[in-house]
Amino acid sequence: MMSEKKLNFLILIFLFLVPLFSILLNDIYITTLFSKIVILAIAGIGLNLILGYGGMVSFGHAAFFGLGGYITGILAFHFNNYEPIQILVFEFEGTNQLLFVWIFSLIFSSLLALFIGYFSLRTTGVYFIMITLAFAQMLYYFSISWPTYGGEDGLSLSLRNQIPFLNTMDPITFFYICYVWLIIAIIFVKFILNSPLGISLKASKENDDRVRSVGINPKKVKLISFIISGAITGLAGSLYADLNRFVSPTILSWQMSGEIMILVILGGMFRLYGPILGAFFYIILEQFLGGITENWQFWLGLIILLEVLYAKAGIMSFLIKDKYDEKTSS
Amino acid sequence: MEFQLLIEQFLNGLQFGTMLFLMSAGLTLVFGVMGLINLAHGSFYMIGAFGAALFAEITGSFFIGLISSFIVAMFAGVITEILVIRKLYKKDHLDQVLATFALILIFSEGIRWLFGAYPLYLNIPAELNASVSLPLEIIYSKYRLLIIAIGILIAFFLYILTSKTLLGIRIKAGQNDRGMISVLGVNIKTLYTIVFALGAALAGLSGALIGAIQSVEVGMGEPVLILAFVVIIIGGIGSIKGAFVGALLVGVTDTLGRFLLPELFKLFFDNADANLIGSSIASMSIYILMAIVLIFKPSGLFGERSA
Repeated sequence: MMSEKKLNFLILIFLFLVPLFSILLNDIYITTLFSKIVILAIAGIGLNLILGYGGMVSFGHAAFFGLGGYITGILAFHFNNYEPIQILVFEFEGTNQLLFVWIFSLIFSSLLALFIGYFSLRTTGVYFIMITLAFAQMLYYFSISWPTYGGEDGLSLSLRNQIPFLNTMDPITFFYICYVWLIIAIIFVKFILNSPLGISLKASKENDDRVRSVGINPKKVKLISFIISGAITGLAGSLYADLNRFVSPTILSWQMSGEIMILVILGGMFRLYGPILGAFFYIILEQFLGGITENWQFWLGLIILLEVLYAKAGIMSFLIKDKYDEKTSS
Repeated sequence: MEFQLLIEQFLNGLQFGTMLFLMSAGLTLVFGVMGLINLAHGSFYMIGAFGAALFAEITGSFFIGLISSFIVAMFAGVITEILVIRKLYKKDHLDQVLATFALILIFSEGIRWLFGAYPLYLNIPAELNASVSLPLEIIYSKYRLLIIAIGILIAFFLYILTSKTLLGIRIKAGQNDRGMISVLGVNIKTLYTIVFALGAALAGLSGALIGAIQSVEVGMGEPVLILAFVVIIIGGIGSIKGAFVGALLVGVTDTLGRFLLPELFKLFFDNADANLIGSSIASMSIYILMAIVLIFKPSGLFGERSA
């Protein structure tokens, strides 16, 4: 039992030290595994902003994750091909520079989130869950049926995208790049949550009418938060594409949306570091169960089910002393 | 020729639609009455198909297979409702989504455990595996006509059930006011179990019917589940009529879209491009339809309240 601050600090230190362990153990696999954890944690932090703090249950965050991934893949594809990207009359060069790739991923996933959010936020409750799912499914089927970028087979990147002075093909370097993004995501979301925007977001989760009555437009607050959330998840998707050097429609599928959602809940909503812990346990559980039984999904399902039915507060709450719990959720 | 092909595609759409209706009916009732989002509904579709394949193999009769699909899925529904679903009614949508997502993992892996990873085949009996001539020189599969007939029959049965019988009145009452109906002495727990099991059984039946055309395999339920959600959202959650209209709309839009859109784009682009763009848009067409419906009618075509 400890305070949340202390636990948060421990999580960050632990993740920071992992590559050192893997050097000691001479095991690159662990570093790659932890890169995956960190990336999914970033996606989870993005989702949690609207899910935990805004009460918007988006079942379509794979759309942003996948778009970020595909932008990364497509830019690299055109860079390697020396063929410019044609959009109507405009032509763009592909790039393998991570800084550009990230900027494009952020811009495009923000635009997508603006589009999806604008229409989805007209609905609430289960309709919201389903319309976000529908938009993600549109992209999923589009990616399957559009053959230019591999269709169902996906798209391979021959090399990871580059960043000046660093060797991104080195697993440990790449891990720390992801780690830095995790820190940026945490600081940014924390800043948002303490800003007027975040405060009105949390308020609008409780009561839209009261927010409106103090002269704030709750819809606008929700839309802006939705865009930020989508952008963060999109960036995670971009990192994920570079980590695997591969994108396929799988990262746009509804199972992906479900996975991001599960790790948020597993770690504990309403807590900034919840998704990090959730991603850690989800991936470790997957690896551990996958190692001992072929039918690991069965046991994973059972664990998730039990956690939802009996221990909803999430893993964070097991480890923390203070009793700030989600009475607000039910 | 074009005209016959068009009619044939339209019938395919109708067949797809009636099958979707069997899936959506349970989903929409369960949501309307119990307020539960059940992602695991697709698992009953799969369980029904596997049940049918198993019993058809044992008995050698396709029809016994079909009937057992209904019964097996119903039993699975009853057990799931009592063990898990019951605990979810009072939880929020997020918990329901997660718990039923977990159920999908459990069911899919459980089936893979029992039956192995390879798809099973359910063979249509020879007398159904033929074509019939319809008026206007249209030749169409007997089996698909049977599916359309079964779908319409069940739609009619559900209409009678929900509007003319005591059970239907109770279901409707439960939809409107849960507290009141239990005060009036209706055992709400049993009612919920019946509704859930009925929905599961219908899903199981449609799984068996389609399993005979395609193949019976793990994960077959999820794509259909998503479509069924699209259907009930378009139709309005909780409405059987909405589910029927929505299912036919989705079935026909999807099938005709795949057929007509490439032709349409041929007017503007050359053949290869037209096929590419047409089929890409066709694969998204029902989601576009759903988005349009929701933008103009945020609670669906026949939905009364926003859930």
